[in-house]
Amino acid sequence: MQLIKPDVNVDFIGKRKIAFALSVILILVGIVSLIVKGGPSYGVDFAGGTLVQLRFTEDTNAEQIKKVLIPAVLSSATVQQFGDNANEFLVRAKESNVDGLRNHILQALGAHYGADNVDLRRIEMVGPQVGQELRQQGLMAVLYAMIGILVYVTWRFELVFALGAIVALVHDVLLTLGAFSLFGKEIDLPVIAAFLAIVGYSLNDTIIVYDRIRENTGKHLSSGFAATVNLSINETLSRTILTSTTTLLVVLALFLFGGAVIHNFAFALLVGVVVGTYSSIFVASPLLITWAEHKGASK
Amino acid sequence: MSNSIKLRGLLVLFCLAMALVSLAPTFMKDSLPNWWQNAFDPIHLGLDLQGGMHLVLGVEVEKAVESRLDSVVDQMESMLRDEDIIFKRVERLSGERMAITVYDESAGAEVDAMIRNKFPNLEPMTLATDGGYIQKDYRFSAKEIKNIKDYAVRQALETMRNRVDQFGVSEPVLQRQSDNRILIQLPGIKDPQRAIELLGKTARLEFHMVVENVDPQQAVKGILPAGTKLLYERHVDERTKAVTETPLVVYKKSALTGDLLSDAQVRIDTRFNEPYVAIDFNSVGAQRFDQITAANVGKRMAIVLDDTIYSAPNIRERISGGSAQISGSFTEQEATDLAIILRAGSLPAPVKILEDRTVGPSLGHDSIDQGINSVLIGAFIVVLMMAIYYRGAGLIANGALVLNLVFIMAMMTMFKATLTLPGLAGIVLTVGMAVDANVLIFERIREELRHGKSARVAIDSGFAKAFVTIVDANITTLIAALVLFQFGTGPVKGFAVTLSVGIIASMFTAIFVSRLIFDLFLDGRQVKKLSI
Repeated sequence: MQLIKPDVNVDFIGKRKIAFALSVILILVGIVSLIVKGGPSYGVDFAGGTLVQLRFTEDTNAEQIKKVLIPAVLSSATVQQFGDNANEFLVRAKESNVDGLRNHILQALGAHYGADNVDLRRIEMVGPQVGQELRQQGLMAVLYAMIGILVYVTWRFELVFALGAIVALVHDVLLTLGAFSLFGKEIDLPVIAAFLAIVGYSLNDTIIVYDRIRENTGKHLSSGFAATVNLSINETLSRTILTSTTTLLVVLALFLFGGAVIHNFAFALLVGVVVGTYSSIFVASPLLITWAEHKGASK
Repeated sequence: MSNSIKLRGLLVLFCLAMALVSLAPTFMKDSLPNWWQNAFDPIHLGLDLQGGMHLVLGVEVEKAVESRLDSVVDQMESMLRDEDIIFKRVERLSGERMAITVYDESAGAEVDAMIRNKFPNLEPMTLATDGGYIQKDYRFSAKEIKNIKDYAVRQALETMRNRVDQFGVSEPVLQRQSDNRILIQLPGIKDPQRAIELLGKTARLEFHMVVENVDPQQAVKGILPAGTKLLYERHVDERTKAVTETPLVVYKKSALTGDLLSDAQVRIDTRFNEPYVAIDFNSVGAQRFDQITAANVGKRMAIVLDDTIYSAPNIRERISGGSAQISGSFTEQEATDLAIILRAGSLPAPVKILEDRTVGPSLGHDSIDQGINSVLIGAFIVVLMMAIYYRGAGLIANGALVLNLVFIMAMMTMFKATLTLPGLAGIVLTVGMAVDANVLIFERIREELRHGKSARVAIDSGFAKAFVTIVDANITTLIAALVLFQFGTGPVKGFAVTLSVGIIASMFTAIFVSRLIFDLFLDGRQVKKLSI
């Protein structure tokens, strides 16, 4: 079976200005959302605070739980229904280091709902200092990964290729960050892991096109660099689409069936795979041409 | 069959056999002989999958320095008295300093000599003369402070290990993290609150004589004679369990401390049927206890744990046996835990909970189910797509994919890596990306075939050309995964592990194993048309 005809020749390069504009608009939308909402919304891992996952045997609602918890233990608690079950809830609070937090929660809720009807499934408490450190480490990790990649790609290809790849990566991370802000999702440790996976995945895609450009540059000198790049994108298009589809489908499986605990993580991957595929075709490779033209013009 | 194929085939079979051998204990634990189970552990599940508690405790090392300084202050005071040096006061000041105030130069010189002699790691700081006094400041050398802090963390770790051992948790992890932090992981713990109370208590046991001639009510208002301090005695009402606190003034200086304990046991008081903790002093402690009780018959002695008075019994007679009891309307579990921490010893400094992540067993179980489901569903989709898209060659890729999953799991057991929920997600992601290598190869082979090359030549050059691309593309992902491994903790590290292992395994299966299958298929046959 073949989805992409072997002699396909879509003019990706010719449409690069439209693609750049689209990217810039989408990134701006994300940035505006980030500014309006006062920065990314961090989960307890990075902001510090307490997260409690509760399950009840009987039906209840977020308002009711809030009424019980706020006076008793966590004055800043917000309560949200969580996952697929109507009787499962997530409580978030700014407080950390509440003495005897578990007992207080269980006593307060137990008194209202009956002790056997409440299951405290998960508690995550992160002190403000640790949160800040983790935030910094997370940022450093993304930076280090990019530097490592920059060095490797420069070594294997050329600096221009490495810069193109990095711009594409920053593009991907910014878009995913914007999507998180738009959809009101929280950034926690696993999401940073997902960001790094996106960085890896997007790069994987970019390298494969670059590799073909490198190979073709020797062969088709006559037709010019832009045509070579376009040809390379087209030649690898079949692979790009097939791999992206398989990856997207498995990530979709993770998003739908992986459970609420890693929902945000799966969401990041989902956005990242789409954006990463787009960027290797429409950002990373066309940038090489913009660069070459710029160099040609300045000569 | 050519020798090369035979050799490569043997290698793959050997890897597969090793993988299956190492995985066997994970899937059929009980039916295997002991040596087998001992050689390979079942896959180790992270706390987020098996349920358990992850704590990071910060040791407040500054407090350890302060308390060391306090003890130097105490010793200096009694030494100055013994030497008949007249002094105004010895005190600990903020900023980890000790100040000794004397009246004249000669006393000052004697103090200096004494410090040089007895406390060589104290260094003089400033000298202030003011209205007939000379105040001399000392502090610990930077090296000494570092030692004290370091020792405090090591000691705290040791004490916590003792406590956890006595608490009875299987496979606990206790590690010193950077500087003054201690990481504790307690898998499958049933009662997290109890664990926190057990681990977080400083458990500094002290005996203070009660100052009888001061009205505690006055002390509450802030009128406190020098050398005394105000503490509260804790009472628990037997029926309502309500805790009340009564103020009591005690001498600042403790008469005896818990360092001199040799044992602590839970006993039941037969009169009230109430548990209490019986403590035994070691020989030094017994002797001092004997002296103190002899000198203070008729007075009250407060038993203080972490600045809370548990009881303040009247000393009715001299006690020479070296044993005492702490009663304080405990429940049986409270008494048991108190005995545990007294036996395990006190922490050199208080600890603070910096991070607490606890997952209940039911959630962990759900996560495993959901994680495995998504791996299976993801794998099924990919297998289907490859078979439809590449037909015969797709089957080879699918074989490689299954082998890839087996190898990932096997490498996890061999490296004793921990499988976490993000780790399972990493496997899902790898399943999607693993076929990439095969896709690259197959697309190349198709291209070569289109250029009119024969099946054998197309396969040869397809593999050769795709090889560089695969390596370059995967190494960059590997760089991201390694950075993640360095940075991550717990669950995130688990993701980095499965991702890296998955990449390595997929390179092996795609490049080596599928090539072998192609070669086997072509061997000794004239293949005109490839199913690809």
